[in-house]
Amino acid sequence: MTTKSGLLQWIDERFPLTSTIREHLTEYYAPKNFNFWYYFGSLALLVLVIQIVTGIFLVMHYKPDASLNASGIPVAFASVEYIMREVPGGWFIRYMHSTGASAFFIVVYMHMFRGLLYGSYRTPRELVWIFGVLIFLALMAEAFMGYLLPWGQMSYWGAQVIINLFSAIPVIGPDLSTVIRGDFVISDATLNRFFSLHVIAVPLVLLLLVAAHIIALHEVGSNNPDGIEIKKKKDANGRPLDGIPFHPYYTVKDIVGVAGFLIVFFAVLFFVPEAGGYFLEYNNFIPANPMVTPPHIAPVWYFTPFYSILRAVTYPLFGIDAKFWGVVAMGAAVVIIAFLPWLDRSPVKSIRYKGPIYKTALTIFVISFFILGYLGVLPPTPGRTLVSQICAVLYFAFFLLMPWYSKIDPCKPEPERVTWK
Amino acid sequence: MKNLIVHAKRLLAAALLAPALVLASAEGPQLDKAPLSKDPESLKRGATIFVTTCMACHSASFMRYNKLTEIGFTEAEIKEKLLPPDKKVGDLMTIAMRPQDAKKWFGGVAPPDLTLVTRQRNSELGSGADWVYTYLRTFYRDPTRPNGWNNVVFPGAGMPHVFWELQGEQTAKITKHPDGTESIELVLSKPGSMSAQEYDKMVADVVSFMQWMGEPIAEKRKSIGIWVMIYLAVFFALAYALKKAYWKDVH
Repeated sequence: MTTKSGLLQWIDERFPLTSTIREHLTEYYAPKNFNFWYYFGSLALLVLVIQIVTGIFLVMHYKPDASLNASGIPVAFASVEYIMREVPGGWFIRYMHSTGASAFFIVVYMHMFRGLLYGSYRTPRELVWIFGVLIFLALMAEAFMGYLLPWGQMSYWGAQVIINLFSAIPVIGPDLSTVIRGDFVISDATLNRFFSLHVIAVPLVLLLLVAAHIIALHEVGSNNPDGIEIKKKKDANGRPLDGIPFHPYYTVKDIVGVAGFLIVFFAVLFFVPEAGGYFLEYNNFIPANPMVTPPHIAPVWYFTPFYSILRAVTYPLFGIDAKFWGVVAMGAAVVIIAFLPWLDRSPVKSIRYKGPIYKTALTIFVISFFILGYLGVLPPTPGRTLVSQICAVLYFAFFLLMPWYSKIDPCKPEPERVTWK
Repeated sequence: MKNLIVHAKRLLAAALLAPALVLASAEGPQLDKAPLSKDPESLKRGATIFVTTCMACHSASFMRYNKLTEIGFTEAEIKEKLLPPDKKVGDLMTIAMRPQDAKKWFGGVAPPDLTLVTRQRNSELGSGADWVYTYLRTFYRDPTRPNGWNNVVFPGAGMPHVFWELQGEQTAKITKHPDGTESIELVLSKPGSMSAQEYDKMVADVVSFMQWMGEPIAEKRKSIGIWVMIYLAVFFALAYALKKAYWKDVH
């Protein structure tokens, strides 16, 4: 490497700069046939950056303090309104962060669905997938704790409902929920520890997991809509015939995705920042009041499918409260996703070559997920509970029956090389 | 195999129909659409009524008096017409009544801060502004209530009808339907100093001001948004052209 300039050479002798750029960008070969669904990985990274940067600025003005000011308003709630009204550009930063929270889940759900479509979790990408599920778990924790911070009625009572669930765990439950709250009720102590976890602990975990997710991905290489390994067909120089360097091809392509995403993101932010009460719940404009329980407590939309599964469990088992089994079901609904690599026994990866059974199963799964999400925002009735029970069973059936139906599903032969469809 | 698919299709149909079974019907009183105005004169009239009447009991503690310059007041006008003697023009629009005292005086519930009321009262029934607009127009005489007043959209409200001299007194004709529901019809039994039309217009001014106060940046936000959309549309086109150029040789 005689062409290297002095400075670059100086750095490369001390830090693997050029080789890292090569390995992860200019000589990382990605399949050339990525479609629409492959934008969401880079978009998730973009939203992560948006959340971190806007979060840094919010922390400069936000006060995690549940005590009441002279007008009887909690200081934390008032500090959010201070950001919205008096901090220059504060409304923009805050709406970026609140819209970003929902955008994060939309993008991540799309990203995960892509995995289901094209079998991105199959060998050799099991660890990529597991890191991804851990990211999803960390993201849920991050969102849950962040939602308490504005200290509105939904912040307070939503946290109350969820933390109370832990008290249903036998033996350790009551103590555990006290440890989470730092008090016997949701209080200033809860607000302070959630603030700490939301701005430091969980973001650190998230960043580490994202790094692991990407390193693992670059080790094994990206899957593609055909679900075949491009590394099997290489040219004389050892480059995959169907691969193209990530940079510049996918960097310029992802910029198009970023532009498209930002159009939707900013359309929401500038024209409907509350998104009809789904991104910013109306009740959360009322300061938290421990004395007044809202008539209907619903979690934010991105938790509702899992919340519905929790509520669907209404039978006590082995002498333990149904609430506990609901928590178990909710946890299992997330954790079971991590087992997909071992549940799928299909000879092919991509839905393009899978048979009608998988296509039907996936369709039912997605519809059940949407119905569960829809029911999760509504107060329960016997009819709704029945529907959510059916959908919860269908949700788990998609995973638990997969070893059988994926095996008998009549599949089409995979192509030798990637296709443009 | 075929059976399985038929079965799956049936399940699918059932799943698709399910939401129809559980669709909630919105419950609650009908709200009248608030005729919101962005006219500065209307907002200024509304602000004046809000500060001189509503703020006898309610704070707007996220607002500062000098923020009212954004709807057309000058600082001199604010000082002359709106500012209490003990306040400065940059002060928050708080009230002297302490929340813990108010709680005692108003039967356990202090009059809430109204800065955000139009954002709080949004629901599937209508916007928060619709709610406030309907609320202020549907007080009626009810001797069973401690303060002699009741309200259609907020039954058992702690607040008496503060504008009764303007609107007059309404009485309620409650009809019980065979299905167990009730409907309330209000009749003006004692006219006030304003005609119904004048009163509605005055309430509309107050509600327009409260809508503005809920999110003072709202109009500016939307106007910036249009430029952002135009910018991003151009950016998208350029990014797409760049991608096309780079990908020319990928087949």
